[in-house]
Amino acid sequence: MDTGRIQASESPRAVLGCTDVSVYYGDFRAVNEVTMDIGVHEVTALIGPSGCGKSTVLRSLNRMNDLIPGSRVTGTVAYHGQDIYGKDVDPIEVRRRIGMVFQKPNPFPKSIYDNVAYGPKVTGMKVSSMDDVVEESLRGAALWDEVKDKLKQSAYGLSGGQQQRLCIARTIAVKPEVILMDEPCSALDPIATARIEDLMMELKKDYTIVIVTHNMQQAARVADRTAFFTAEAAEGHGDRTGHLVEFDLTTKIFSNPSDNRTEDYISGRFG
Amino acid sequence: MSAVTADQAMPRTPLARAAYGEKDLRSMGFLVVLWLCLAFGILVLAVLLVTTFLDGRERMDGELFTNYTSQIAPETAGARAAILGTAWVILTTALLAIPIGVAAASYLEEFASTRSRFARFVELNVQNLAAVPAIIYGMLAAAAAVAVGIPRNTVIAGGIALALLILPVVIVATREALRAVPQEIRQASLALGATPMQTLARQTLPAAVPGIATGTILALSRAMGEAAPLLLLGGLVFVKFDPNGFLSGFTTMPIQIFDWAARSQVEFQQLAAAASILLLVLVILLNGVAIIIRNKYATAR
Repeated sequence: MDTGRIQASESPRAVLGCTDVSVYYGDFRAVNEVTMDIGVHEVTALIGPSGCGKSTVLRSLNRMNDLIPGSRVTGTVAYHGQDIYGKDVDPIEVRRRIGMVFQKPNPFPKSIYDNVAYGPKVTGMKVSSMDDVVEESLRGAALWDEVKDKLKQSAYGLSGGQQQRLCIARTIAVKPEVILMDEPCSALDPIATARIEDLMMELKKDYTIVIVTHNMQQAARVADRTAFFTAEAAEGHGDRTGHLVEFDLTTKIFSNPSDNRTEDYISGRFG
Repeated sequence: MSAVTADQAMPRTPLARAAYGEKDLRSMGFLVVLWLCLAFGILVLAVLLVTTFLDGRERMDGELFTNYTSQIAPETAGARAAILGTAWVILTTALLAIPIGVAAASYLEEFASTRSRFARFVELNVQNLAAVPAIIYGMLAAAAAVAVGIPRNTVIAGGIALALLILPVVIVATREALRAVPQEIRQASLALGATPMQTLARQTLPAAVPGIATGTILALSRAMGEAAPLLLLGGLVFVKFDPNGFLSGFTTMPIQIFDWAARSQVEFQQLAAAASILLLVLVILLNGVAIIIRNKYATAR
């Protein structure tokens, strides 16, 4: 079974390339030897049952895993060929280029305007007009028309879906190249979910998106490529280690997967 | 008894009031005991307040605020120097304890690895500090003042003693407040490329300010009533001048009250009671501010 890379002919330029990436929390190996490429201006979905390590893999792509005490990554995650876990790499710089949107909308307890302006301010971006950056980012996240008259109001006054789009606006304000989304719609209703999905299709023109989702229909709708992960008990002890089963074009994964476990999962037989 | 199963514990109809609920005799008995304890505490406090007020009511006048203490004319003596001295010492205490306490708490909570030996050492010390008797801080501050060559009966020495005294409280309150800030806020900030320092200064600390302010104000109001550590600094009890700087001599209200209460004349007893009431009012006001800050932020969320 070839779990690996897409054929060169159908693979565009990779922004991020994972090679034998394993993630450990202390002695526990959460994810084992993931090898996959993230294509530029594509949406890549990571799917799989709970505990399969897809979120862990996502977080290892911009070194958010560093924040968990005892976590460790082996293998290489190459960003334009440079290993982001290299000795001379500053994780702050990595996160400026590879942004992240979280599962639960997490706006800062500040105004809508300040939420968006925060990133450009702390990263020292040279902007001629912060107002323009804020407007552009909110437009980019399809939120401008709803909030343009209340920019100075608290972000907590927005609905969950609006808050999540604000988080996306906040992320694109620092002009990253890649946006990682960790189940961005799991706390939202179907209408808000649909809006975020539409937004992703828009955003991929300018950004590269990696999304973790529990919702297979969502992966089928938005993703160009899909990676299916699962967890199996590691030899010797009961801990389950996640690994990549299959990574391919979404159409292939959902119509003609090459691995039985993928087929079982997407047809609802487990997970 | 241990064999009570979930089945038995559940009332047959879920909405029925449980037979062993709050109306049970033992529960009622315990409730009465609790009420008696509460009543006893309040009663003691009330008696203390009322007797103090009765003793001091004749001296709750303007002269209490404007006049210095006097051996010759105790009937018109006042607590002016003590009031100003308290203000100076508490200000110094705040200036020392808040930055150091917040910085220490931020380090322990946001930066130190739980496995770091140094962090554990600091943590152990904070816990020990909290258990040290107040008077020891006075000795420490006196020694520190002498070591750097400043007189020990100065505002700065008093501030050091009281700052040491409340430092553990400030650190614990700040740590609690920082811990209450959702992890998502930190992650969001870091994911945008902010440094851990920027995250602390612009997100975590501002979000924790209400908790820090409440804890700190309560600690300061405790320091305000503290006499023991200051007495060890060579307690100036007969100050007839306004303190005018960190190196000025001083007295504070608890020290002044201590001195007055030890004198036999009735006028001084009255003065002590009047000054006690003033001190109580100040402490209640400070606690009130702390409560207002807490409530304001509780509703703002």
